[in-house]
Formats: sequence, C-alpha cells, structure tokens
Amino acid sequence: MFKAIIYVTLKEGVLDPQGEAVKKSLHVLNYEGVDEVRIGKFIEVWLKSQDEETARRELEDMSDKLLANPVIEDYRVELMEVV
Amino acid sequence: MKFGIIVFPGSNCDADCLHVMKNVMKQESEYIWHQESDLSAYDAIILPGGFSYGDYLRTGAIARFSPIMSAVVDYARQGGLVIGICNGFQILLEVGLLPGAMLRNRSLKFICDTVNLKVRQANTPFSNKLEEGQIIQVPIAHGEGNYYCDEKTLQELNDNKQIIFTYCGPEGEESLEYNPNGSLANIAGICNEKGNVLGMMPHPERCSEAVLGGTDGYKIFASMLNYLEEVGR
Repeated sequence: MFKAIIYVTLKEGVLDPQGEAVKKSLHVLNYEGVDEVRIGKFIEVWLKSQDEETARRELEDMSDKLLANPVIEDYRVELMEVV
Repeated sequence: MKFGIIVFPGSNCDADCLHVMKNVMKQESEYIWHQESDLSAYDAIILPGGFSYGDYLRTGAIARFSPIMSAVVDYARQGGLVIGICNGFQILLEVGLLPGAMLRNRSLKFICDTVNLKVRQANTPFSNKLEEGQIIQVPIAHGEGNYYCDEKTLQELNDNKQIIFTYCGPEGEESLEYNPNGSLANIAGICNEKGNVLGMMPHPERCSEAVLGGTDGYKIFASMLNYLEEVGR
C-alpha cells in the first residue's frame, strides 16, 4: 500500500484572489513583512499498486486528468510506502 | 427543433432552461440525465447552471467525467450546437471544448446581479439576432466566473473572434470598474474556433420573458433557433 501527498498549486503568474485576501488580512494583523501568500490544495491518496514506479505513474495520470487543472495549476507528488 | 438539457447531480437551472425552451421558445425540449450517452435525437444541447457535484475539487471538474460528456464532446466535434451557461460554461472549460479556466471571483464573493454585456460578435449561431456593439442586460450568479487563460490563448481568442460577450458599463466601457469578477479582458462568454460551442457565465434563461424583467436572453435562444432553421444541424 502506498500513501501519496499531492500538492496542487496555482501556476506562477495566475492571480490568487484567496491568497491576496489572506495577505491583506495578515497585514491588518501587523505582519507587515508578509510579501505574498498563495493558497493551494493538499490531497492525500492511499492506493494499492504493484510497485512505487507504477504508483507514481498512476498518480501523475490522476493529477493530469482530474486532481489538477493544467491550465491554471501545477502539482507535485510525494509518495511513501505504508503498511 | 428539439433541445436537450443535461441534468447533472447539482444542476439547478435545468428547470428554468426547460421552461424557456418549451413555454417561451415553443420548442420540443427535454431533460437528459448525465448517465445517458445518446444525443442523436437533439438539434441543440444546453448545459445549465448550478453546482454539479457540489463544485467539489474545482467547478465542473467532476461533471466532465459523467458518461454524457463524451457524447457532448462528439456532438460538438460533429458541429452540433452546444451552449453552456454558468456551471455549464465551467464544465465546457474543464472538458476542453473551450480554452481557459475559471478562478474564484476577484472579490471572493458570490455575485448575484444584473450586468451589462457588450455583444462583440453578432455573426455566430448564438448572437445573430443581436447586433455587434449592442449592450444587453443579463443576470449573473456565480462565485467562480473569473475567466483566465494564458496570453497566447487570449491572442487566439481575439484573432479568431471567439470573444462573444464582454462585461461593460452602460455606455459600453470595458473597464475594470465594470468587470464584476476579475475576468481577463472582461470576458463573459466565448465560443470555440468553429463557433458551434458557446460558454457564458451570465444567465440568458433568466431574462427571456418581460415578466422576469428583461428579454435580452430571449435573443440568444432565438439566435440558436434562427441558425438551426437556416443552416440545419
């Protein structure tokens, strides 16, 4: 069994209205050093797969198809074997 | 003509669309459940607004894998008329029939309002009953209507005259002030390169009868009918 963590983030240059709002809020809280905030998604997936390489391929496939939208988002997969 | 209105779990403008097509436009119309896969009986397809699959993951992201969507893609590739309204537009973007993606509104707020739209192209199956440069009033109701695409795609949309409706002021000003959601280039509606697939965030089905306060939406459906009658499917 594998456990994957998939980080889905907005591509560089794509405006993040949520991140902007949170940044303003942090400034209001006097965290004036905050330069930028970007918000993304954190997805956990547990899957059965014959080996790590297959699991990674499947996860990339799922990310391309459904978990991320390649027009606006990038993703990164972290994979670990679990019992 | 026979119109098919696709119903996903979470669609909520399907009944409005059916009412307009049946009782206002006087056309044969019926619902198509998203598990269906045959669209051969229809002259045009409507993807209505709503919150298909609760907007989980991204708006339209899960609906695009409904069985009916492969049929919609084939239907569109064969030249069939497809209009996606609001969530329908979001689904058309996710499935790749239209370029780009939707981001959260700039204000982060769900906006329910009536806006001015400028008709940028009148020579399409969806706008031939309107005039280029005409300003129409159509309601919007969305939280994620902030259209985004890369520069190259925007250039292509402009070059191919695929931008059909833009948000504007009462005098047709296409400025940030009159951009309700932060959409790139004030985009409210675009079509595909062939011109047979339209996606728009505003709701023409909510302004197709005088009793509802406006009839500008009627002209969009009337354009589709006009096109179908002249050109056929």
